[in-house]
Amino acid sequence: MLTTVLIFLPIAAALAIWILPLSRYAAGSFALLVSLVEVGLWIDALLRFDFGSPKLQFAQQTDWISSLGVSYSVGLYAFSLWLAGLSVVVMAAAVAYAFWAGRERARAYFGLMLFLTGAVIGVFSSQDLLLFYAFFEMMLIPLYVLVGVWGGPGRRAATIKLVIYTMVGSLLMLAALVVYGLDEGTFDLNRMQPSNNTWIFLGFAVAFAIKAPLFPLHGWLPDAYRKAPPEVAAVLSGVVSKTAVYGFLRIAIAKFPEPVHDFRVPILVLATIGLLYGSLLAFRSPDVRGVIAYSSLAQMGLITLGLFAANDLGFDGAILQSVNHGLVSAALFLLAAMVERRTSTGEFDRLGGMARGRPLLATLLITAGVLTLAVPFSANFAGEFLVLAGVFQQGWAYGALGALAMVLAAMYALRLISAVLHREPGVAVSDAALDLRPAELGVVVPLVGCLIALSFWPAAISGHAFGGNKATGAVTSQFAAASLASQPYPSSLPMNCVITKTGSRCQQVFPARKAASK
Amino acid sequence: MIHGPHVDWFALSPELALLAAAAVALLGAVLVPRSWRTPFGAGVAAAGFVAAFAFGAVLFARSPHGEAIVAGAMARDRFGALAGLIVAAAGLLAVGLSYGERIREHSGEYYALLAAAGGGMIFLGFADNLMTLFLGLEWFSIALYILCAIDGDRERSLEAGLKYLVVGSFGSAILLFGSALVYGATGKIGFEQIAAATAAQHLKGDALLVGGLAMLLVGFGFKTSAAPFHMWTPDVYEGAPTPVTGFMSAATKTAALAVMLRVLVTAFPAEKQLWTITVAVLVCASLAVGNFAALAQANIKRLLAYSSVSQAGFMLIGVAAANRLGAEAVLYYLIPYGAMSLGAFAVVAARERELDAAVTLDNLAGFGWERPLLGASMATFMLGFAGFPLTGGFMGKFLVFSAADERGWWWLTVVGVLATALSLYYYLGVVRAMYMRPSEELQLAAVGGSPPRELMLQTVATACLVITVASFVFVQPLLDLCQKAAAALPY
Repeated sequence: MLTTVLIFLPIAAALAIWILPLSRYAAGSFALLVSLVEVGLWIDALLRFDFGSPKLQFAQQTDWISSLGVSYSVGLYAFSLWLAGLSVVVMAAAVAYAFWAGRERARAYFGLMLFLTGAVIGVFSSQDLLLFYAFFEMMLIPLYVLVGVWGGPGRRAATIKLVIYTMVGSLLMLAALVVYGLDEGTFDLNRMQPSNNTWIFLGFAVAFAIKAPLFPLHGWLPDAYRKAPPEVAAVLSGVVSKTAVYGFLRIAIAKFPEPVHDFRVPILVLATIGLLYGSLLAFRSPDVRGVIAYSSLAQMGLITLGLFAANDLGFDGAILQSVNHGLVSAALFLLAAMVERRTSTGEFDRLGGMARGRPLLATLLITAGVLTLAVPFSANFAGEFLVLAGVFQQGWAYGALGALAMVLAAMYALRLISAVLHREPGVAVSDAALDLRPAELGVVVPLVGCLIALSFWPAAISGHAFGGNKATGAVTSQFAAASLASQPYPSSLPMNCVITKTGSRCQQVFPARKAASK
Repeated sequence: MIHGPHVDWFALSPELALLAAAAVALLGAVLVPRSWRTPFGAGVAAAGFVAAFAFGAVLFARSPHGEAIVAGAMARDRFGALAGLIVAAAGLLAVGLSYGERIREHSGEYYALLAAAGGGMIFLGFADNLMTLFLGLEWFSIALYILCAIDGDRERSLEAGLKYLVVGSFGSAILLFGSALVYGATGKIGFEQIAAATAAQHLKGDALLVGGLAMLLVGFGFKTSAAPFHMWTPDVYEGAPTPVTGFMSAATKTAALAVMLRVLVTAFPAEKQLWTITVAVLVCASLAVGNFAALAQANIKRLLAYSSVSQAGFMLIGVAAANRLGAEAVLYYLIPYGAMSLGAFAVVAARERELDAAVTLDNLAGFGWERPLLGASMATFMLGFAGFPLTGGFMGKFLVFSAADERGWWWLTVVGVLATALSLYYYLGVVRAMYMRPSEELQLAAVGGSPPRELMLQTVATACLVITVASFVFVQPLLDLCQKAAAALPY
C-alpha cells in the first residue's frame, strides 16, 4: 500500500492543483507540502524496510489486463528504495526552488512537477513490464511541457530533440516488450524467465542508453540541460537519468544474462569513452550548466561501468554513485540557477569573483564542486572507488582510464569553482548581487547535507542496496523471483473463466507461445 | 401471396429506433416552430441514439451465440452489437457537438440525417450477406453525402459534399462490382455460404473470387480511408461541418472496420494468406502516407484527416493479424479512437466558433491557456493518438502490436513503432502550438468579451476525455466485451 501511496499521492495532488482554483501562493505551498509529505512517507518506508531480506517489500499486485498477464504490480527492493529516496528529496528541493523563484502559471507548473514525481516513483517501483513502460513514458509528458513552456530561449529545438530521442528509444522498447511479454505469456517481471534474444535485449538497452544518456546517444543532453528551467534540469540529470539505471539493473541485466555477456565489452568500452569524452567536454564547456551537463554524461558512463562490471563491488558502487550523482548534480544545477538569477548569465566569460562578500554561495559551491571531483573521504569517492574496483576485475584498462577521468573531474570542477568564484569580478557580476537568501539555503543545504552524511557512512547505501549485500546473487536470481511465488496467484497462464450453472468453465484465451509449443 | 421471412424485430431495434428518430426529427422540421427546431431535432436525435445504445446493450447481453436472422441476410451477434454500441455512443456525442453549430436553415433535416446515418452504420455492422452489406454502406453514405454539404452557404462544404459523393460512389461501385464477381464465382451471397462454397468447390485461387475479393478490399479501403484510397479524406474532413467530420471519423471507421473484419474472416478464410498480405500492404501505405502528409499540414482539420488515415493504418494491423486477438484489438482500439477524434473535433469546433475562421496551427496559439479544459483535453487527445500511456490510445496500439506479434509478424510491429515515432512530430506540434508559442505570436481571439461558454460542447469534450483515460485504466472489463464480441467471428 505504501508504494501505491508514494506513487499516486503526488498524482492526485497534481489533479487537485489543476482543478481547484488555487492562487499562485496556495498552489506552490500545497505542492511543497505534498513533496515534503512524500519525503516523510519515504522515511517511514526506510525505517520499516528490512534490509536483510532480498525480497520485494511493500509489494502490491492487482490484475490489470488479466487476459494478457499484465498486472499493476509495484514494490520496492533495497536499491529501488534508495533511488526512490533520491527522487523524493530532489523533487522536493526542485519544487521548493520553483516556489521561491515564482514560476509563471503556477498551477500548471506545480501540477506537472508533482505528476512527474509520481511517474518517477512509479518507474522505480514497477514490477510489471507494461506498467514500467507506462510510467517510463508518463515521465516524458511533464518533462516535455516543463522544458517547452518554462524553458529558456531555444527551448523549442531542445524539446524536439529530447522527445524524438527518448521516444525512439522507448518505442523500440515497446516493440521489444511486446515480443518478450507475449513469448512469456506474462508481463510480470517476477514471473518472466530470462531470455537470450539479442534483439529484445537491444530494444531495452538502447532505450535506457538514450535515457541515461550514454555515449554516443547523448545528442539531446546539452540542449535539454541548458534550456530547461534550472530546477527541471536538476530533476532531469539527478532523477530521470537514474530511471535508466533501474531499467538496466531490473530488466536488461537481470533478464538477459547471455546478451549482456555478449555485449559486455562494447558497452564497457562505450561507457569508458563516454566517461572520458564527457569529462573533456565538461572541461572545455564555456558555461556553468554545460559543465554540469557534460559531467552528468561522464558520471552516467561511470555508473554504467559499475552496472556492467557484473560483480558485487560494481553493483553496489553503481547504486551509491547514482544517489551521489543525483544529489550533487541537483545541488549544482540549483546553485547554477542562483548564480544565473544574480547575473542573468551562466557564461564563464562574464562571471567571476563572486566569492567576495558572498560567503554562503562560495562555501556551498565549493563544497558541491569538491564532492563532484570525488575528493577522498567523500561519498562520491566511495562510489567511484567501488565502481572502479569492480570494473578493474573486467579489465585493468577500464579501471585505469576511469581513474584518469577522476583527474579530469578535478580539473573541470576546479575550473567551475574558480571561474565563478575567483578571478576578477566578471562584467555580469554586480556588487549589489546578494549572497544566498535563507530560502535558497533551505533548498540547497539539505542536498549537500545528505551528501556529507553519506560521506561519513557510504555503506548505508553500498552495504544495503541488495538485501544482505549479495548483489550478484540478487541479480542472477533476478531479484529473488521466489519472493512472490509464495503468494497465491490463480495460474501461470491467463484464463478466461465463466461461472456457469454447473460450476466454472475456463478456457485459455491466450495461450503462451512457449506453453503452446510444448 | 408472398410469404416474407421471419423477422427478428428485436435484433433490428437499434436501427429501428434511429429510423424512428430520423422520421420524427424530419416531421419536426415542418411542424415545429422555427425557434424550437434545433432543440427539438437535437433532442429527438439524442433520444434515438440513447435508445439505440440501450437496445444495443440488451442485444449484446441476449445474443451470446451468434445466429443468422431475416433469412440469413443479417447476423445477430455480439460483434455487430458492440460495433453498434460504439456507433451509437459516437452519434450521441456528435449530437452534443452539433448543438451549438450554426446550421442556418436545415437543423431539422440535419439531425434526421445524423440519426439515419447512425442507423445505417449499425445496420452495416450486422450485415451478413453481400446484399445487406451494400445496402448498409449506401444507406449511411448517402446520409453523409448530404450532411457534408448541408452548410450550403459555404463553398467548402458544397465542395466536400460533391467530392465525397463522387469518390464515395466510386468506392461503392467497386465494392458492388467485387460482390458481383464473388457471387459469380461461388453462386452465394451469404458470408458463411461463400466460405462453404469456396471450400466445397475448391475455388481457392479462383480468378473471379480473387478479383472480387480484391475489389471488396478496395471498397473497404475507401470507407476506412486507408491509403492509397484516402484521397477524399483531407478535403472532405476540411470542408464538412466540424461535427459531421467528427462523427464521420469516429463512426464511419467503426462500421467500416467492423464489416471488413466480418467479411474477410467469415467469407474468405480460404484466401487468408492473400488478404492478410494485402491488408498489411494497406497498413504500410496508410502509415507512411498519413504520417508524412500530416507533417506538412497547417490546417488542423486536414492534420486530423491525415492522422485518421494513419490511425486507420494502426487499426488495420489488427485486421492483418487475422487472429482473435487482432479482432479484439481493433474493437478495443475503436473505443478510445472514437472518443479522441470526436473530442479533437469538438475542440476544433470550439475554436472555430470563437474565431469564425478555419483553425490552423497558428491560430491555436495560446489556446491551451485561454481555455484550460478544452486545451488540456486536446493535449490529451493528441498524446492519445500518439500512443502515450494514460490514454486508451496506448492500449489500442499495445493490443494491435501484440496481435501482429502473435501472428509472427513482428516486422509489422516495428513498422507501427516507426510510424508512431514519426507521428509524434505533428501530434506534439499541436500541443506546442497551444501551449508553447511565445506571447508575441499569439493571435488573440476577436474582441467582444470572453468566448461563449458552450456547456454542451464542454460536456462532450469532457466525456471524450473520460473515455480516453478510462480505456487506459479499466482495460480488462472493456477487453472482456471485445473478447465476447470477437468470439462471434469464426477464426
